Amino acid sequence: MSYEIAVLTSMSIAILFALSLNLITGFCGQVSLGHAAFYGIGAYVAAMLTKAGLALPIALIPAAVMAGAVGVLVGMASLRVRHDFLAITTMGVGFLFVGIVRKQDALGGEIGISGIPSVAFGRPGLLLLALICMVLFILLSIHIQRSWLGFAFDSISDDEDTARTFGIDVSKFKLLAFVVGTAGAGVAGGLYAHHIRFIGPDSFGFVESVTVLAMVIVGGIGSIAGVAVAAAALSTMPLWLQFVDDYKLLIYGSLIFITMRFAPTGLAGIVRTLWKKRQAQ
Amino acid sequence: MLAIELFIQGIVQGAIYALIALGLVLVYGLLRILHVAHAALYTLGAYLGVIVVNNGGHIVVAAAVAMIVVGFVGVGIYRLAYKPLLDKPPLIALIASIGLFIAAEEVYRIIFGAYGMSFVQPPLQQQIELFTGFHLSAARISVVILAVLFIGVLGWLAASTRTGIAWRATVSDPDMAASFGVNIEKVRYINFFIGSALAALAGVMVALLNNLVEPTMGAVPAYKALAIIVLGGLGSVRGTLVASIALGIIESFGTIYLGHVLDRDAIAFTFLIIVLMIRPQGLLTRG
Repeated sequence: MSYEIAVLTSMSIAILFALSLNLITGFCGQVSLGHAAFYGIGAYVAAMLTKAGLALPIALIPAAVMAGAVGVLVGMASLRVRHDFLAITTMGVGFLFVGIVRKQDALGGEIGISGIPSVAFGRPGLLLLALICMVLFILLSIHIQRSWLGFAFDSISDDEDTARTFGIDVSKFKLLAFVVGTAGAGVAGGLYAHHIRFIGPDSFGFVESVTVLAMVIVGGIGSIAGVAVAAAALSTMPLWLQFVDDYKLLIYGSLIFITMRFAPTGLAGIVRTLWKKRQAQ
Repeated sequence: MLAIELFIQGIVQGAIYALIALGLVLVYGLLRILHVAHAALYTLGAYLGVIVVNNGGHIVVAAAVAMIVVGFVGVGIYRLAYKPLLDKPPLIALIASIGLFIAAEEVYRIIFGAYGMSFVQPPLQQQIELFTGFHLSAARISVVILAVLFIGVLGWLAASTRTGIAWRATVSDPDMAASFGVNIEKVRYINFFIGSALAALAGVMVALLNNLVEPTMGAVPAYKALAIIVLGGLGSVRGTLVASIALGIIESFGTIYLGHVLDRDAIAFTFLIIVLMIRPQGLLTRG
């Protein structure tokens, strides 16, 4: 049982993490290549707090707040630069995070933090917590997508200048997307730290940022179901197939490339096209 | 003395950045694509250089082989990966390029092994006395000389040959250039060939400096070169060269004076983020 629980836990954390990026990149159209930094901030904050004796469900709140606060700062960058420039800036934020953490003795420096305490009710308790967070975030995503907010995000993602002409406060909504998305990543990070129970600067580098971006892209940018399926599949694939673990980056890299080259709308787009074809017949 | 040494160290590093970033800025100027996979070509160049030398080739032959082979690989990447994406938003090409780069690193790891490769007998290691009490290895000196030479020749080509004029015309207005009979496709092929060949040269030089070639050696230059061309004002060759040298020097001093708060690679990105926030149009270009 414990193996299945561990798999399910990492799957729900991955889904939460991918959906948090989907909110920024998918809904609002702001590319982030440094999303792992927020995952990392959440992980470090939560780990430090539970080591100090706090319970994880409570420690996740400051983890989300801290990640969201830094998210606002990075969101401000999205007001200054757009598209590929934003991609590079957020990438820089990712490198900056790793570069700073590496040099802080209080955060364990190169070695990282180990001996992170287990949560109440052990592994099943953590799974339950992860599932609750994941479901809440899915519901939040669906709610946003259906509300006026989703419409505003959509318009910014389509054409920022036109959205501004229609009186949509572009800056406000961009910042909002960054806050919610990065806070979600913070929660995911906090859960991850207590799942693996060891974190170091290398757990949150560029590779993780690309991995989560791969989930969003392969699933179909903006599609909640597509991203969730892709996150579940890509996060557990290395566990099912040993060779996938050995060549993880090769497969992720190729998947990103092939998706962008041949089907930029991802899994969701492919399913949609097939569905339309069937309806037409 | 330390200051001079750091300064020269910075110039050498800056010359390498310049060789890598130049190919990137050429591609950006022409196609508006941020070509991350460029650094995979740099790694490939380094591997080819080491392999040719270890099999008895002279270092000059090795550099030439690396530059020519990698130049053609670069053209191939344009043909197979970027050309079909030209009418899509630039972000799609950027993400595709990142995917390609990561996959390429893994391919190198599988083919050449995870632990890297070294020269059996590293060439150009003799120390040359520049002035009294100051030694520099021949490899370092040749990095700077080659960078100046190639960039100078390139500048001359762009300024005064027919191909150079066609290239500049295509950069400033592709449609107009095409209507004047410039073969745009050909310009793009030449562009990718030259840019990739320069990256290969940088790879061979870095292999000489470190005497080690690893599958992941392109990772940091890949993203740092992006930072450099953004700092240079995107599309500006002169700005890119200035930014490369500036970053080389800032890093070499920063590692000593900021090393306890930030690691070397974070310095470049701090610099990048600050500049982007204050002057999104780049260091040299006018708003």
